[in-house]
Amino acid sequence: MLTKRIIACMDVRDGNVVKGVQFQQLRHAGDPAELAARYNVEGIDEVVILDITATLESRRALADTIHAVAQRIFLPLTVGGGIRSEDDAAAAVDAGADKVSLNTAALKNPELITTLARRYGSQAVIVAIDAKRRGDGFAVYVRSGTADAARDAVEWAREAEARGAGEILLTSMDRDGTLSGFDCQMTAAVGTAVNIPVIASGGAGGAEHFCEVFTRGCADAALAASIFHSGSVRVSDLKHYLRRQQIPVRL
Amino acid sequence: MIALIDYGAGNLTSVRKALTSLGADYAIPASPAELVRYSAIIVPGVGNFAATEALVGPWRDAIGAEVRSGKPLFGICLGMQWLFEGSEEAPEVPGLGVLPGRVTRLQGDAAQRLKIPHVGWNALAFHSSAELAGQRCRILAGLEDGAHVYFTHSFAAPVTDACVAATTHSETFAAVVERDNVFGVQFHPEKSSDAGLQIMRNFLEVVRRLPAAARSAEAGC
Repeated sequence: MLTKRIIACMDVRDGNVVKGVQFQQLRHAGDPAELAARYNVEGIDEVVILDITATLESRRALADTIHAVAQRIFLPLTVGGGIRSEDDAAAAVDAGADKVSLNTAALKNPELITTLARRYGSQAVIVAIDAKRRGDGFAVYVRSGTADAARDAVEWAREAEARGAGEILLTSMDRDGTLSGFDCQMTAAVGTAVNIPVIASGGAGGAEHFCEVFTRGCADAALAASIFHSGSVRVSDLKHYLRRQQIPVRL
Repeated sequence: MIALIDYGAGNLTSVRKALTSLGADYAIPASPAELVRYSAIIVPGVGNFAATEALVGPWRDAIGAEVRSGKPLFGICLGMQWLFEGSEEAPEVPGLGVLPGRVTRLQGDAAQRLKIPHVGWNALAFHSSAELAGQRCRILAGLEDGAHVYFTHSFAAPVTDACVAATTHSETFAAVVERDNVFGVQFHPEKSSDAGLQIMRNFLEVVRRLPAAARSAEAGC
């Protein structure tokens, strides 16, 4: 049986892992390669590197970070943040990324999804959606959550799938960094609307939140950052807990 | 020296990284004529079966000839599918055809939320032909029945006599094949942590145990 994936995300700025609360207040949380190696030992299923500054100067540092992480783990590695063009994606892949995650650029230029899916296969293209609740819907934001994209998350996820995305990484901006649990309602809304895997993100505070998002939230995978970095939730403990709750996981 | 075939289907970074970390001697041959100087062949690949069209002709002929002469061949993901006769994904493109059967599209199951592509970690179920693991089945040596490995694909090969481990995702398909000197895995061993590295190590062990006559082919490299 296909297992539910536990994914560790490292928000990286200038070669260091940082973590904010609701996209603000960044703090240092360690060296990416060291953290990734620790997660590998603990049984993480995948690792995501998000370049949260994505300035021109940081691109070279990012390639070094991807390479350093890729040398330490034999797991799927996704890179996102500031991938605006086919060249940006190629640089990430050449440095060792297995998948790239598109966000603002995919909304601005949806053709990029198709271009990258043709070049690397859909399995290598993740469309990341940052969204908050608004009325009955889920409003999509871009530019690291600073600009309203005037799109609904469910509708945009469907379009991304049709254009060739292989997975959706769905982040609840309302829950990000709050440790109050994933937005299961939003995750289920998107997860049942598309036929590609949905990775839930934003809000993980404890093991029970993962259980919820895999059941009520219909998520295929769940991503967290700060709780893994700090060690407040250990990946190995989390997976054993999920196994006891009858959630299929790789141990 | 192992030949890693680069035919433009996906990037080889992670396969190369895994081979390097396992201490394998490998190189990417520039032309099919060079294959005769290698002792074993790895065909990796990610993506659409149509990408294997780049192998039709001289590469396919040369790889076929080397395999018939007894050289070990290891197909990974798309490279494993290519070992079969062909695929529903690109019916006009012939596979290598060293294993009987054709690759078909996985159907998934919306009611059970079994999505396609099949992405993630799933379990290997050893097949009866793998019972003598370590002797008859070399590629699974040291692995436990039920080990999890990382898949990402929409098409899969049928369970035939060559199947030594199967995986189920709405339907059951060949996850690992082994027949004589031909080996293949539908998943990505280079991204499957310890279990994946063990399988790659097993293939390297097959190559290492080749008779001296076969290994002497390396002299030219």
